[in-house]
Amino acid sequence: MANNGFEQPVFKIQSDEMQRLLDALRQNGYRTLGPIIKDEAIVYDEISTVGDLPRGWTDEQGPASYRLVKRNDDAYFGFNVPAQSWKKFLYPSERELFRVRRDSRVQSPSENRESSLKYAFIGVRPCELKAISIQDRVFTSTEYKDESYSGIRHGLFIVAVNCTSSGDDCFCASMKTGPMAKRHFDLSLTEVIAPSEHYFLVEHGNELGASFVRGLNATEASEAEMNVAGDLIERAGKQTRRIEIDRTPELLSARLDHPEWNVVAKKCLTCGNCTLVCPTCFCSTVEDTTDLIGSFATRRRKWDSCFTLDFAKVAGGNFRMTSRSRYRQWVTHKLSTWVEQFGTLGCVGCGRCITWCPVGIDIISEVQKITET
Amino acid sequence: MSGSSKIKKPKVAVFKFASCDGCQLSLLDAEDELLEVTDSIQIAFFPEVSRRMLKGPYDLGIVEGSITTPHDVEHIRDIRKSCGILATIGACATAGGIQSLRNWKDIKDFVHIVYASPEYISTLDRSMPIGSFVHVDHELRGCPINKYQLVELISSLLNGRKPQIPTHSVCVTCKEKGTTCVLVARGIPCLGPVTQTGCGAICPSFNRGCYGCYGPMETPNTSSLSSRFLELGLTQHEILLAFRNFNAYAEPFRRESESHEK
Ligand code: SF4
Ligand code: SF4
Ligand code: SF4
Ligand code: SF4
Repeated sequence: MANNGFEQPVFKIQSDEMQRLLDALRQNGYRTLGPIIKDEAIVYDEISTVGDLPRGWTDEQGPASYRLVKRNDDAYFGFNVPAQSWKKFLYPSERELFRVRRDSRVQSPSENRESSLKYAFIGVRPCELKAISIQDRVFTSTEYKDESYSGIRHGLFIVAVNCTSSGDDCFCASMKTGPMAKRHFDLSLTEVIAPSEHYFLVEHGNELGASFVRGLNATEASEAEMNVAGDLIERAGKQTRRIEIDRTPELLSARLDHPEWNVVAKKCLTCGNCTLVCPTCFCSTVEDTTDLIGSFATRRRKWDSCFTLDFAKVAGGNFRMTSRSRYRQWVTHKLSTWVEQFGTLGCVGCGRCITWCPVGIDIISEVQKITET
Repeated sequence: MSGSSKIKKPKVAVFKFASCDGCQLSLLDAEDELLEVTDSIQIAFFPEVSRRMLKGPYDLGIVEGSITTPHDVEHIRDIRKSCGILATIGACATAGGIQSLRNWKDIKDFVHIVYASPEYISTLDRSMPIGSFVHVDHELRGCPINKYQLVELISSLLNGRKPQIPTHSVCVTCKEKGTTCVLVARGIPCLGPVTQTGCGAICPSFNRGCYGCYGPMETPNTSSLSSRFLELGLTQHEILLAFRNFNAYAEPFRRESESHEK
């Protein structure tokens, strides 16, 4: 590996080859999903042509603030993390688990529904790749395997895009999750806009990815081109936001009575936005309903959040009545107890919980206040 | 609580107090769904729909509207005695409704302006929710209510199970639907974080802030949201008006609006 971060072989395609890649994926039965502009934000949705991509747009993010801004070039991927993560496709907000008819046995209308899905995610950021691998561990590596998630995951094709700029709420560098994707992708792109040409460097992560590269008008990338791309990525990693990941898990669990938890609880709306936008949060609830005449009952899984009151309601009471205890659960789970539970941190530094908190509560400054004073 | 036992062919009664009838219309709007159960429930009393008025007791009483007169107070107490389960529907019944705006004024002034012979008018000085006078088993929020929540409530009672009526924020629904937050992406003041869900987060999906039709959510932190509204440029008076709405007299919203009075 050269010190520009790339691993050979690296190919180069002109930017207009993107359409050929989308076409090839679609011809191979993939539903192509990627970034589009909708309702004043960049969101992931169905895409079919490169014209759907937010070409020439970027975003400015800060605590409780997100604004679209025009770029002065034609970059396809010149923005930061979109509003909601890929979680909404891999782990949809609601899914029917089964239906029972009064007059027969359990039926599972949704059985294996996902095993035939073939999604291609276009533009997965390195932090999001890491988030997917964290959710993989949660949903597929224990004896309680989530069949729905595993089904979608199995058919998934990932086109990663390395970050060549980063947003004001990003802190992937200190979390060691970005700004460059190292594995877990089928293809990985780095977009370069040079004075005379607009191109992508392409890496493949496996033979499936390689087969798609062979279908493109690709040439071998030169050392100089890799250096240019490597510099862009390195610059994206110069972030002012940081979390000290080596010490944080231990310090947080030792400071469960820190007075800052009370201060932040006064501000927290317990609205749940932070957990719902977080690409690794996986909590759900199960709801049973019936039709009016009681001929069948339906069980559904729905997203839940440790900020809702029902979340900690058990026989005999609720063990997290205060917003202080709920905010503390969220932060300590992400950055401390997750390690005991799954062997990694539960945060990848995407910054979404900071941007999309309606009152701009900033997980980094909270962690700093709690661990450093 | 009576929600866990199944009732055979329940007798249902629908009562109205001070209100616009919109929530009863939601009940009528659910006719397709409710047609299924015409054999399993008996509509015993529903003056809006039928002249047939059977005497109580009733298994389920559905109450729309707020209490505004001394006669209403007597009436709701009688209703409570005659109903096994009492469910209130809509912002009037659950919080006092838009008419509770009068609670901040002297009612005599209105009576003199509106009526030629004010001496015939007997009214309370405030518009109050049903729950201020009698015990309520279930409440459906909203101005108006959501007919699917109404069907869900009836379905749960018929089948002896817990109704699935979430009490968390509207924000959860925005995220479930993938609606981009208007507060964050556009700087539009939105009451969603302190408002109970139930409407399907309609306003944010049309690029509007939530107006708070479903009243306070389970753990509303109104003062923190107001501080954010100030940062977004709202005046104290605008914040007062935002909370003084269909659910103005719901306790957390009432306290919040009063804290912005000069
Ligand atoms: S905790 Fe916040 S910054 Fe970390 S992964 Fe979740 S949303 Fe992103
Ligand atoms: S932070 Fe809360 S919502 Fe997220 S995974 Fe942990 S307990 Fe679940
Ligand atoms: S931290 Fe922010 S987004 Fe999370 S629950 Fe509190 S107010 Fe909502
Ligand atoms: S638009 Fe309003 S209700 Fe929706 S997430 Fe934002 S603050 Fe919450």
